[in-house]
Amino acid sequence: MTLTAPPRPRRRLGIATPLTYLVLIAASLVVLVPLSVVFLTSLKTSEEVAGGKDALALPDNWLNFDNYVTAFSDGHMLTAFGNTAFILLFSITGTVIIGSMTAYAIDRFEFRFKKLIMALFLVATLVPGVTTQVATFQVVNSFGLFDTRWAPILLYMGTDIVSIYIFLQFIRGIPISVDEAARLDGANAFTIYRKIIFPMLKPAIATVVIIKGITTYNDFYIPFLYMPSEDLGTMSTALFRFKGPYGAHWETISAGAILVIVPTLLVFLFLQRYIYNGFAQGASK
Amino acid sequence: MSRTVSTTSPPAPVAKQDRTARHRARQKAPGGRSWRDLPLRRLTPWLFLLAPLALLVTFTYVPVGNMIYYSFTDWDGVSPDRSYVGGENYTDVFTRSDMFRVFAVSLYYLAASVVQIAIALYFATVLSFNLRFRNVFKGILFFPYLINGVAIGFVFLYFFQDGGTLDSVLSLVGVHTDHAWLGDPESANTSLAGVSVWRFTGLNFVLFLGAIQSIPGELYEAAQLDGASRWQQFRHIIAPGIRPVLSLSVILAISGSLSVFEIPYIMTGGATGTSTFVIQTVKLAFQFNKTGLASACAVVLLAIILLITWIQRRLVPDERVDIV
Repeated sequence: MTLTAPPRPRRRLGIATPLTYLVLIAASLVVLVPLSVVFLTSLKTSEEVAGGKDALALPDNWLNFDNYVTAFSDGHMLTAFGNTAFILLFSITGTVIIGSMTAYAIDRFEFRFKKLIMALFLVATLVPGVTTQVATFQVVNSFGLFDTRWAPILLYMGTDIVSIYIFLQFIRGIPISVDEAARLDGANAFTIYRKIIFPMLKPAIATVVIIKGITTYNDFYIPFLYMPSEDLGTMSTALFRFKGPYGAHWETISAGAILVIVPTLLVFLFLQRYIYNGFAQGASK
Repeated sequence: MSRTVSTTSPPAPVAKQDRTARHRARQKAPGGRSWRDLPLRRLTPWLFLLAPLALLVTFTYVPVGNMIYYSFTDWDGVSPDRSYVGGENYTDVFTRSDMFRVFAVSLYYLAASVVQIAIALYFATVLSFNLRFRNVFKGILFFPYLINGVAIGFVFLYFFQDGGTLDSVLSLVGVHTDHAWLGDPESANTSLAGVSVWRFTGLNFVLFLGAIQSIPGELYEAAQLDGASRWQQFRHIIAPGIRPVLSLSVILAISGSLSVFEIPYIMTGGATGTSTFVIQTVKLAFQFNKTGLASACAVVLLAIILLITWIQRRLVPDERVDIV
């Protein structure tokens, strides 16, 4: 895709001094130590944690997964995983369809009020979602969607303008002669979108799925606001609810936090390249 | 129906011309082509835009409109009756000291953003050069940005708690302290702003790195031949190259520090003077049922953010930010 041009070979002479490495290692420690300590804590027994031992102390038994079992069973993490997967599935599918349709309509057609429509989408990127929730809440509520999984799904679908821009940028790179050729073969606009344009958008779809997936998975504000029921917890809100009952049980909270982080880590390790490019694009739109 | 459309399609030469000068050709659509004038043809883009526009209007523009309307009422969010109170809510926002104080908290996060941008810039410059384990360091620095905010909140609650990670690390280097890091407003806000630096530096770093790497390598080679130092290379080659991304980061930093919510809400719940504007707005609206006042707060925040964006567009007009 146009946006993932292979990185130019670095031919500059690297004269990295030992000091540079020292700073880099220090920064890595700043990132890794807080996370590692929580991982260590998640393997400790409550006696070890409460025993006033050093937070950096290693767990006595490295295979003590009891806290994970507690987090899973009592912390409703499995339900949360299901809810998050449900929301992810629908909101990402919706975002991809809506984003690509919008981009197709805007880029491939001339119509009245096109400028106005584009301005509407553009201005909406400037409106920060957190500020309008006071009033969005009333809209969602009036549809009777409050405390259902459809509230976050619709909100993630309807307020994602970034992906429209990613699709728009990509669709511009597809030559219009492709459309024309299909039209000569008797395809109508919808067939061209479905059979020609949509399959060609694969790289852009991958980008949108990844960044949308990670941001949706991590979002706390919307599920917290719209799905207060215990059985409608997502990964974020279910973990947040650990705060009450496990207030003093750091080993359980740590296990919960690690459970939430591990999927992100796996996705990151396998899809690094897409992730860097995707987030860079997402932020700059 | 698709048949009729196809038979009246423009002849091949037009398509060919389209390929070469696509944009020009598209703007002045070849006239007299009957299929372009079919009512269905004119309707087509709207069929595609129907659902997206409905969602956009329902979840962005209707709320913004309602919010402005609510902000002039004393509505509590539930009861059917609400009365018009004029600008009273706005007077409250700007004159009640407890309402306006939260803006001061934003200053901590604003200062943190400056630190964050500086750190990100340093590492982006360093890692744009060839060095060992480059990708490992890049991955480690970026990863915090991807982590769930609630998990980060808990990681750092443990980090800052009495006898937690920070105290343990400090005692390793011989500093013994029983300072309650989240205990007083100043220390708590500094700590929370620190968490925000930890979380968001990675994004700035990757943005800067992308911009630096899109600068042609020949420039550096030429500079090196001319005997330019590392600092001179940064000053005259890298700095101009990342200006667009830098200005974008500044805007994100300012609007970000005004709308901080997750980290302080999860870690302290807004206690000990760590409440931010958004936390306060959410509490007003959903705990104290003061929808009118909360709407006024949200309108003020929205206006500030739009103003900042507008100023930025004025100062750095029409800057295209293209990364990688």
